[in-house]
Amino acid sequence: MAVEIVEPGLASSIQDRGRPGYYSVGIPPSGAADLPAAVAANLLVGNAPDAAVIEAPYMGPALLFDAPTVVAVTGATMPVLLNGAPAPQWESFPVAAGDQLSFGFLQAGARIYIAVAGGFDVPVVLGSRSTYALGGFGGFEGRNLRKGDVIPIGPAQGAPGRAVPGELRPAYSREIELRVVLGLYDYRLTEAGRNCLLESEWTLTPVADRTGFRYSGPVLEWEERIQPFGAGSDPSNIVDAGYPIGSIQVPGGVEPIILHRDAVSGGGYAMVATVISADLNRVAQCSPGTRTRFVPVTLDEALRARADDQARAAKLREALEATP
Amino acid sequence: MRRSGESRYSWGGDEHLVVQFAEAMSLEVNFTAMAVSKILNDERLPGIVDICPANASLLIRFDPDVVAPADVEATVRAAEEKVAGAPARSVETRIFEVPVWYDDPFTNETGARFRDRHQRPEGNDLEFAAVENDMDSVQAFIDAHSGSPWITSMVGFVAGLPFMFQMVPQERQLELPKYLRPRTDTPALTIGHGGCFACIYSVRGAGGYQMFGVTPVPIFDPEQRLADFNDFMVFFRPGDIVKFRSIDNAEYDAIRAEVEAGTYRYRQRPVTFDLDRLLADPDGYNAELLGALYGS
Repeated sequence: MAVEIVEPGLASSIQDRGRPGYYSVGIPPSGAADLPAAVAANLLVGNAPDAAVIEAPYMGPALLFDAPTVVAVTGATMPVLLNGAPAPQWESFPVAAGDQLSFGFLQAGARIYIAVAGGFDVPVVLGSRSTYALGGFGGFEGRNLRKGDVIPIGPAQGAPGRAVPGELRPAYSREIELRVVLGLYDYRLTEAGRNCLLESEWTLTPVADRTGFRYSGPVLEWEERIQPFGAGSDPSNIVDAGYPIGSIQVPGGVEPIILHRDAVSGGGYAMVATVISADLNRVAQCSPGTRTRFVPVTLDEALRARADDQARAAKLREALEATP
Repeated sequence: MRRSGESRYSWGGDEHLVVQFAEAMSLEVNFTAMAVSKILNDERLPGIVDICPANASLLIRFDPDVVAPADVEATVRAAEEKVAGAPARSVETRIFEVPVWYDDPFTNETGARFRDRHQRPEGNDLEFAAVENDMDSVQAFIDAHSGSPWITSMVGFVAGLPFMFQMVPQERQLELPKYLRPRTDTPALTIGHGGCFACIYSVRGAGGYQMFGVTPVPIFDPEQRLADFNDFMVFFRPGDIVKFRSIDNAEYDAIRAEVEAGTYRYRQRPVTFDLDRLLADPDGYNAELLGALYGS
């Protein structure tokens, strides 16, 4: 069977859990920006957690099914419509041949995840079905989805009628605290600059995509120095280095950028902190205008947050596997 | 986090460790980054996902569900100590040629389109580069750029993009600022320059480096059409030695035709690169390396 893209949305792409292991040659991990939401969508329809789903930011696509199957939509709060009639979110439901799935306007969050029983069956490239659009490979023909694309679906039974319990559904806010581990090149900031990073309220700009999320706010102050050989003349410049996923760089001291799962793997701007892995998924559900604070945590606190998220994921798995 | 010797260790969240060996670029520090990476690659500690040597630093990505961060740090520190105790002064690598059409219409058109983001409104990036480096002509700058070979000190930014550092004494390094504000467009296979580094843009896209020309030869080939990409879609590896060769429009077209036909092969030879010999006699040693490449 296959799904036809009737309307593509804004920047919809095929993603799975990503393509680790090639960052040293500039190929980022990619994968669903909000991984727990993608995993939930897969478990709802009875897929393995790493099956390929559609990730759609801000605006849902319209999909036409050529055979009966089971679908589920998770992530951002957005009305789900089956042939124009309301359908549930965070629940799996059956669709028939000729049915069309579409969406209303975004209400909260930023990215929805659409899973179909059997998963979107695009070729595996370097171990993953995830789209890496900048490199032009992975996903469907190495690019975001377009009107008229027909995407094959793998064989599956499907599991209709599964629902994520209310207490395990995330709530999205336009005000968020992101936990960060300070370090990397933060010694290049003055004490006032470091304080300013942590004490200011930052606003997410419209430059917010799978590569990075850019924030507006005050200007950060750097230590004066004679720049080391090869670094470039601006005080925010360093000799080009590797960029961690989630690292925050501040080119010119203005507009911090959080690198996300399609990150550029390195460059010449000083990074001053890194968003912890648990909160990177929450960054993915921020839309432009979201007011953001960076809260410093230790590595141990970051690991505890990661463990808390994993405990929640395990609870979700149990809840869904207990239902039909 | 405590410092060991000159190096600075720092966590990048709960999945990354970054080691800054030095703040300034030099061949010695790049050799250290590559040597530590090689040891880590050979050891393959479970849970280490990516080992990314950079110009003067090293980025490790790990899975904290598999390996404790403290164990990652201990492993990297041990590798660094091993390198410090027995510095690697030579490396088995390869030398190859990258033909470049300097002063080409593609980068000149793009440069003109983004002139409002550039330091120097008049002329193109090559003319700016010649002035900034006290050369009396663009040709003199091209001769310097394509005369001595470069070593690939890092691969990254986007898929397969090499950063290259010229194998000449620091006073002969070509240095240039980046664009005042990055461009939103750069032709694929543009030869760029920022700070003391050359790069080749593997794909079309945003960029801030000065633009000098284009190569007809792919460096990133996801479809793996050319024989040089049989093993992997990315051609460049850290440690690769690169010789640029100036070509004209006609030769650019001829090589493009070979690439289109799927018959193009890089001119390349395996070499042992010896850092001390380079530092002792850069021009003499580079001439020897080029002799290996061109079979003289």
